[in-house]
Amino acid sequence: MTIETTNAGILALIAVMTLVTVVTRFGGVFLMSFVTINPRIESFINTMASSVLIAIIVPMAFSGDAGSLAALVVTAVIMLATKKPLPAIAAGIAAAGLVRYSGITGF
Amino acid sequence: MTATTYCYQLQPEKVRAEFFRLLPISLFVVAFGAAFGLAAVQKGLEPLQAILMSFTVFAGASQFAAVDMWGSEVSLIPLIAVVFAINSRHLLMGASLYPMLRDMSPGRRYGLLLFLTDANWAVSAQEYQSGKRNLEVILGGGLALWIAWIIGTWLGVYFGGLLQDPKSLGLDMVLGCFLLAMALGGKKSPRTLVAWTVAAISSLAAWKWLPPNTHVVVGALAGGAIGFFWLERKTGDEDKVSAEEESST
Repeated sequence: MTIETTNAGILALIAVMTLVTVVTRFGGVFLMSFVTINPRIESFINTMASSVLIAIIVPMAFSGDAGSLAALVVTAVIMLATKKPLPAIAAGIAAAGLVRYSGITGF
Repeated sequence: MTATTYCYQLQPEKVRAEFFRLLPISLFVVAFGAAFGLAAVQKGLEPLQAILMSFTVFAGASQFAAVDMWGSEVSLIPLIAVVFAINSRHLLMGASLYPMLRDMSPGRRYGLLLFLTDANWAVSAQEYQSGKRNLEVILGGGLALWIAWIIGTWLGVYFGGLLQDPKSLGLDMVLGCFLLAMALGGKKSPRTLVAWTVAAISSLAAWKWLPPNTHVVVGALAGGAIGFFWLERKTGDEDKVSAEEESST
């Protein structure tokens, strides 16, 4: 099934995208409201929460170029050294820019 | 009928504080929104349509993927599948906030979830690990990010030429660096490190061998499984358990 990108068609497509996204925003919480939270479930939730971050970041590091890897490494080092997120993030972004400016594409 | 009392009340002044707390990162989101706006008009969306999409969908990665599929017509099922797969991490993110959200009336709970996105969730989830309950950042921080995303899209569709190559400035790494900083700022125990290793390996495997965009959910569930089977003893429980062990011998 296809939708033509006429004016009405595009509005319909945006509505569908909105609906699907709202389902993902609501769905996890809706399903959890049927689950009894015991220590085991709570432990699962807590471990999963920080694993979400790792599962986003690690493939990002492996699929990116030298610049993205540099950004993540610099952010990690500064974050672990200073415990201050903003300087760590700023330095990471600057590292990505610098590495790309210098023309290094891979290690 | 007995009225259920929900004990989590959003504090307006804290919502404001969290708005300003995420304002610096929102400035980067403006740049990213501009990149989206530019991509959207290049793919043939009208400026207002691109802005409307940012206004209602408010999930960057899935919007980029959707306009990549744009043509004179768009296949509905693939579009739904891609948007769902990319945003399915919201399912887990929402679920992880449930212990706090259940203390809030359903109306407010789901209203709040409309503002759920990676950055404000990461702050809230990380603080919850260290025992702080912060749903204000979902609303306050979410508003900052949402407004930034809309302003960015608006800038991109009209002045996109100014930001032809956000990547050369490292702007594509804003979210990655932010999430990494949040992860490393949290509590680290042996259990967390094992879970992270499992999450890293399984997300990489999923990224390599499973359908695109499934790696986040696969990695997060694999990491969560560690928590399910390996319960961390609370410091108070430790004495109790060792006392029980002693008494049983």
